[in-house]
Amino acid sequence: MALYVALCYYDRDRYWDEPPETEFSPEYTEFARRATEAGVMRGGEALHPVTMSTTITVSGGKGGDLMVTDGPYAEAKEVLAGYFVLETADLDEAIAWAAQIPAAWRGKIELRPIAPHHA
Amino acid sequence: MDASDALVKVLREEGPRVLAILVRQLGDFPVAEDALSEATIAALGAWPGSGIPDNPRAWLTVVARRKALDFLRRESTRTDKETVAFRWGTQGATDQMEDVIDAMETESQLRDDMLRLIFTCCHPALSREAQVALALRTLARLEVDAIARAFLVPEATMAKRLVRARSKIATAHIPYAIPSDAELPDRLAAVLAVVYLIATEAHAPSGGNAVARVDLEVEAVRLARLLVELMPDEPEALSLLALLLFTSARTPARSDAQGHVVTLADQDRGRWNREAIAEGSRWLSMAVILSGGTARPYQLQAHLAAAHSTATSWSETDWDQIIELYDLLGSVGTNPVVALNRAVAVTERNGPEHGLAALEAIVGLERSHLWHAALADNLRRLGRTAEAAGELETAASLGAHRGRTTSAPVPSPRREGRTRLTDSGAAGVLYRFRRSSSHQTQIPTSEITLERRSR
Repeated sequence: MALYVALCYYDRDRYWDEPPETEFSPEYTEFARRATEAGVMRGGEALHPVTMSTTITVSGGKGGDLMVTDGPYAEAKEVLAGYFVLETADLDEAIAWAAQIPAAWRGKIELRPIAPHHA
Repeated sequence: MDASDALVKVLREEGPRVLAILVRQLGDFPVAEDALSEATIAALGAWPGSGIPDNPRAWLTVVARRKALDFLRRESTRTDKETVAFRWGTQGATDQMEDVIDAMETESQLRDDMLRLIFTCCHPALSREAQVALALRTLARLEVDAIARAFLVPEATMAKRLVRARSKIATAHIPYAIPSDAELPDRLAAVLAVVYLIATEAHAPSGGNAVARVDLEVEAVRLARLLVELMPDEPEALSLLALLLFTSARTPARSDAQGHVVTLADQDRGRWNREAIAEGSRWLSMAVILSGGTARPYQLQAHLAAAHSTATSWSETDWDQIIELYDLLGSVGTNPVVALNRAVAVTERNGPEHGLAALEAIVGLERSHLWHAALADNLRRLGRTAEAAGELETAASLGAHRGRTTSAPVPSPRREGRTRLTDSGAAGVLYRFRRSSSHQTQIPTSEITLERRSR
């Protein structure tokens, strides 16, 4: 089995939390239900708009100067809006599931394999 | 053919088959590829002395599996590779010769493994560039430096591209599987597009002075043959093979004794390879029967190529049929290049004023040297020489930068398999060579290079 994160991107001016995009909320719920039933869902969250973001940097190594700025790390038209963690047999299966997430047709989805972490 | 040619031929023939078996048995594409490379080196060392073994496939498989096993054992001492070693372990594999021979596959298993390999190499999650590189390395067994030369990139760049592609197959778990019936049409189109692209590259060197171009045309025909062998019921696979046979049949006539490009109009048709044309016709007939009357893009293009190949001369060409075929191609996918090629045929059938009107109606080819060259040709025939010269100049300046458009033919995935197919069809060849004949200093062709190499 392979783990993927489905990164959901939206145009920042047509974000998921405002009409007309909010119409798709029930579809998200439905997707999550089906993916959970199928044992594919390993988690997922929606993110507040990037206007709520805070970016931090510690310069000069650990314990160095902390810099805190308002807003996202990179100004972009399309922004990360949420994610699902999916566990499937292979990429084709992950693609088939991701294609059912509303972000796939309301925005874009990037499927990224998750690297296993070593103890 | 001398002994070393025979050896290389066997290695290239069996290589992809052995690899297809190894990938399934090992469950790891990069390891399988490395193991096969080592086995190939071993064969190159051993076979000249011992002779080619009776069953070279078994020989290569045995050696490659041993190499893979050694590698995985070494690697399994490093924790991050435990999973791979485990996978190997669950395959119940050993390095015993008898077991390996038992593991040799039936023809139908092998066929399925080959299809898995092909569809994996042409998976849409890989870039078109990567697909082409993999097809030439993994399926055609060309060496990395040869592929790099063919695409005019440094060897290190090509090597990196291949490593990255294989590593994505492994890391992103691109399945080693034959697509489901529902997915098959799109996935097959992607496979055919890769082979078509290789053939197109053969006709249109991306630029620069390639010293020793690999004969991509031969490779494309080989790959198309392999696809037909594996999928004998797919009319588009048969049509692609037919198309490539028709166009490659003209190769001997494409350059003159001085190595200058000869246009289709001026080619000595006696130098065309009649055998290849006859074979192409047979495949096309079968494709027509299999497709049950619905011609898809490759079949239409094959018909176009056939119309040229069977015409006794340029002036005897059946322009009615050709225009009709372009109309059909145009309705399959709206493509300005199809319209351009159609306009070339209109010039020949109805005269330059009609051809010019057809050309001027095309939108979207303002940056295409082919379009400007076609305009120039019609203007010249109409006696508007000053305008013709201007267009020719534009064509030349655009043509000089052609590498940008032809060497990176990676349009959005949406377009693949449909419109892209027709970008440089049979008549694309018409115009490409027509243009270069007036600028003989440009475009070293694969044909010229081949001539040099064979000496």
